[in-house]
Amino acid sequence: MGEAPYVLKMDGISKEYFGNRVLDNVSLSVKPGEIHALMGENGAGKSTLMNILFGMPVIHNTGGFTGTIEIDGEPVKIDSPQKAMELGIGMVHQEFMLIPGFTVTENIKVGREITQPTVASHIFGKSLEKLDTKAMAKDARKALDTIGLNIEEYVLVKGLPVGYMQFIEIAREIDKKGVRLLIFDEPTAVLTESEAARLLDTMRVIASKGIAIIFITHRLDEVIEVTDSITVLRDGQFIAKAQTKDTSAVKIAEMMIGRKVEKLFDDDKPDTRTLSDDDVILSLRNLKVDMPGEKVRDVSLNVRRGEVFGIGGLAGQGKLGIPNGIMGLCPAEGEVIFDGKPLDLKKLGEALRLGIAFVSEDRRGVGLLLDDSIEQNIVFSAMQVNGKFLKNYGIAKLYDGKAGRAHANEMIRELDIRCTGPTQAAGSLSGGNQQKVCIARALTLSPKLLIVSEPTRGIDIGAKKLVIELLAKLNREQGMTVIMVSSELTELRSLCDRIAIVSEGVVHRIMRPDDSDAAFGLAMSGAKMEGGAEQ
Amino acid sequence: MKSKLKSAYQAIGLPRLIISAFFLIVLIMAGVYNIGIPALLGDVLRRWGMYGVLVLAMVPAIQCGIGPNFGISLGIVCGLFSSLIAIELNIAALPCFASTPVLGQWCSMLFAMVLGALIAWFVGVAYGLLLNRVKGSEMTVSTYVGLSIIAFMNILWVTLPFKSGDIKWPIGGEGARNTISLENSFGELLNKTGGFYLIGSEESGGLFIPTGLLVFFFLMCLLIYLFMRSKTGKAMTAAGANPNFARASGINVDKMRILGTAVSTSLGAVGIITYAQAFGFLQMYNAPLMMGFHCVAAILIGGASISKARISHVIIGTFLFQGLLVIALPVANKVLVGTDLSDIMRMIISNGIIIYALTKAKGGTASNEE
Repeated sequence: MGEAPYVLKMDGISKEYFGNRVLDNVSLSVKPGEIHALMGENGAGKSTLMNILFGMPVIHNTGGFTGTIEIDGEPVKIDSPQKAMELGIGMVHQEFMLIPGFTVTENIKVGREITQPTVASHIFGKSLEKLDTKAMAKDARKALDTIGLNIEEYVLVKGLPVGYMQFIEIAREIDKKGVRLLIFDEPTAVLTESEAARLLDTMRVIASKGIAIIFITHRLDEVIEVTDSITVLRDGQFIAKAQTKDTSAVKIAEMMIGRKVEKLFDDDKPDTRTLSDDDVILSLRNLKVDMPGEKVRDVSLNVRRGEVFGIGGLAGQGKLGIPNGIMGLCPAEGEVIFDGKPLDLKKLGEALRLGIAFVSEDRRGVGLLLDDSIEQNIVFSAMQVNGKFLKNYGIAKLYDGKAGRAHANEMIRELDIRCTGPTQAAGSLSGGNQQKVCIARALTLSPKLLIVSEPTRGIDIGAKKLVIELLAKLNREQGMTVIMVSSELTELRSLCDRIAIVSEGVVHRIMRPDDSDAAFGLAMSGAKMEGGAEQ
Repeated sequence: MKSKLKSAYQAIGLPRLIISAFFLIVLIMAGVYNIGIPALLGDVLRRWGMYGVLVLAMVPAIQCGIGPNFGISLGIVCGLFSSLIAIELNIAALPCFASTPVLGQWCSMLFAMVLGALIAWFVGVAYGLLLNRVKGSEMTVSTYVGLSIIAFMNILWVTLPFKSGDIKWPIGGEGARNTISLENSFGELLNKTGGFYLIGSEESGGLFIPTGLLVFFFLMCLLIYLFMRSKTGKAMTAAGANPNFARASGINVDKMRILGTAVSTSLGAVGIITYAQAFGFLQMYNAPLMMGFHCVAAILIGGASISKARISHVIIGTFLFQGLLVIALPVANKVLVGTDLSDIMRMIISNGIIIYALTKAKGGTASNEE
């Protein structure tokens, strides 16, 4: 090969989704037999890059991409996953793509069965050929042996431990003929520690056979342990490519988080708040929340009255579970003390009655009645929880349209909601304005504590700034305690007094907003590092 | 101008436009074939009020999230049962009403309505509990519940030990008749209250305005409208429109669904009594079998979707659906002598509209989410 030392070379890759640039001139190159880590925060563009490499339809349905891909020095055009597979690219998915009712062998060979001709197949074609189960079992055995998995190839996948399924996926990929590049998309996320360690060993074995591996993970220690080189992406930009041995976890973390200079709001007013560690408004003790995909294992923390408390962390680590558990929207256990009173987590709406308002991260799914008017959306919770906007007509209390309309108009003016009027359907507003409607509803409850979850998700930068400024104003001027849950460190660090970083369902660390980027990066990836700035 | 037309078209919607046009065409044809239009219009008004409350029963069901209540037959049989009790007890002819027979009739009807609504409430709660266990396939389940309850009640109608001569088969035998005259209880009570001939007279086939019936229908509409504006009504609507949203506001979604189902079933009981008094007879056994479908079709024609319904949809839908059937029947008989076209047409229209509405909605959510 001489001329082309790289098995894969992606150059100048750019991709836009509906005018939103998610990848900008990104390059990636991997040598044969190399384990290459692709690093970046959520939304850095890793998945998009891999979708492009794998020829996923989602890329081509949204206008394709620009840039070149070379496999073994040959420029190629990958327009479908089939094409990617023919070129020897395999992918081990984060969610297992296995058929539970099939045996291990069948799962490994599905779609690529070895067949023998029969009488019927001579007449009706190849689809009626007989399966050569022996040859298939032999192949499967060989693939399983390669990765050192000691299970019988004829058992059903159903009922196998989760850890094994990951290995069967890998066995399927390496059984494919001519595979030269394997993508591992966060393979260790669902594995136990010992399983993860075995997986890393397996990756080394595969790499030693000359197959290149692209390893996507959040876990820095794994990267340091197993990879040869790394590529770091941030916000769709190519940041750096480095040899693993020349770098360190701290350096990688710094590159991932980046030095984002822009502050989302100008805090020019003097801070007149008095925060005291003794005046705690919300106290969580051993909170466990069973939220699908955002499990909280054991969280204890105190929120002081009058502060802006941030909760950050990567997606899936459990930060979203905390507010949803407090609000009673997901099954939760543990002790929550709000304003001196214990909060019954089993009772739906109890938190609302005690004076906690919540702006959900799922704006369109939970946050809004999309078909209903802005007015209805704003007044609804306060009407249900506090009995506001109801007029007593003697026999029955009915909705007081006049008061509701007046309040909606006031909110529209105060929060600057851009709309045609209070009767416009909330679903037809832009994301930022929808978010303002959600916040307006929460404020209508006159809460003592406002919890906002992912307040700027899916809204443009201008609206983001407005929402952050609004939260700052509520806190600074009205003294409202705010808990902000967000995956965007920038916004947490520009507003919060303290930031709890949640990793694997526990509070990994409570940081100050002016802690170093590297410290944040390490905390986010859950690296068990030396003591340092623990408060 | 063009955009105005377009927005008007969107507000009215294609199905209503077609049905309205059709309505006008058959009305004109009725004129051409020299069928007495005043009598026809009188009949339209009567059927409007007659079916109105039954169609109204769809509103709480759709709004609370269980979708169009095909199982309205549950409420209907409760109404029939309570009417039988009212007849059996012979309330209209109690000695205390001897001097004022009209008062007796009113008492008899109100007794039937209140009792029917009460029984239906409990039935509705149980039915709501069932529907909460089959979320996502309420329409299928409610259809079968509606069909099976009729079959089940057929057994009861035969075996219940009624004594009243109005109910029992005339020559000996057990159980209720197929059609039971309400002449001695509350037949046409609402229709005649304040009713008058606007054009012509009874002999010449004039336009009769069933004032009491229409007033009662609109009164029920008003009540439901007010209920929908109450705190509970709003909570119920939110639970139907977006259960997650409702939960986040501390609303017990399952409870709201049960409430909506119970209100709907109770309205079904009141509705069938309104229907029966206008008709003059109680129709037992399989007569109410397809009524649920007609009610669903009517409200959908009126502009409701399977996840959103308003009172105006009830009023418009019932008028168009029933009006069309009333006028189309004699016209079809004139055009195609000796065929049973009107009944076929009713089936095509009612089932066609249901299919149309179902294609416009997916999984119990509004389709107009863009």
